[in-house]
Amino acid sequence: MSISKKIVDDFVANDVSFITTVPCKQLAGVIEEVDARPEIHHVPSNKEDEGMGLCAGAFMGGKRPAIIMQNTAIGVTLNTLATLTQFYRMPLPMLISYRGELREPVACQVEMAVHTKALLNQFLIPTYHFHKESDADELDAILKYTFMANKPVAILTDASFWGGYGDQ
Amino acid sequence: MIRSEILRDIAPILNPHLVVCNIGLPSQELHMIDDNERNFYMLGTMGLSSSIGFGLAMAQDKTVISIDGDGSVLTNLGTLPTIANNVADNFILLIIDNGSYGSTGDQPTYAGKKTKLENVATACGCENVVVCQDVDTGKTLQAAIDSKKMTIIVSKCDSGNIKLPVITMDPVVIRDRFMKAVAS
Repeated sequence: MSISKKIVDDFVANDVSFITTVPCKQLAGVIEEVDARPEIHHVPSNKEDEGMGLCAGAFMGGKRPAIIMQNTAIGVTLNTLATLTQFYRMPLPMLISYRGELREPVACQVEMAVHTKALLNQFLIPTYHFHKESDADELDAILKYTFMANKPVAILTDASFWGGYGDQ
Repeated sequence: MIRSEILRDIAPILNPHLVVCNIGLPSQELHMIDDNERNFYMLGTMGLSSSIGFGLAMAQDKTVISIDGDGSVLTNLGTLPTIANNVADNFILLIIDNGSYGSTGDQPTYAGKKTKLENVATACGCENVVVCQDVDTGKTLQAAIDSKKMTIIVSKCDSGNIKLPVITMDPVVIRDRFMKAVAS
């Protein structure tokens, strides 16, 4: 089974039925899988804070939401995470491509990568880092934890986890 | 009319429906005029009233009205294409366009100058975009609700505020009672 399929299977098994995405090369397979599943209402966003607003609404409408995004967007979502998701105590699994880590070919990506865990830590956001494919075995437990705790939770997935960047 | 006069005018129309209300004075005014469990007050996060309301509309069948301002829509213009391309016919975006950032001291917005939000919404692909004058907001809103078509309303009104206190209700209480109203 592909890792993308396994990840989306875990979302579906945990009743996540509303997912918003902002594109990423590494997450392309997951986004394609999300889009293909009839159990999931997939709504692409133009910006990640917008996506978190959609997720907040979907949650209040009775759906379990999730967002799929790049770590470069952490900066633009901090206010939303603090004043909406956390302030109103809402659950939000954030599946994040961790650009700027080992095997990264684009230097600029490193500039947000070095802040990513520090910012998540500063915002007291539980953070899990998938480096090897077997790390994804914990996704089911992480999703259950997220909806138990009613908090945003970050799942960072780096290039090694995705098998590198291919020809680039 | 200023925004608070419009809200007072349309409160009976809003009352039976789910309302997501913009940060700052709009929420404070709605809270004062007709506080009820079907109102979701934003206490922060400028710009996301439209996105929160739209997410709610996509997730369930009841009519959802997002009350937004021209300044807040300008903050989150990127959501208009999302709304246009994922039509939810139980969603109404009511933009109260007074051409100013009311909650911060009535600084002018670009919507009060050259930028026409109705044209922006149309260009983004929104199909039912209605412009009305402040006094006609109630009948325009009621027509949009009755149409059962996703509608963007731009209500043009005067700039100005009334003095009133901040909302001290706990956000989790606001959210919990709102979710119970959604589910009822």
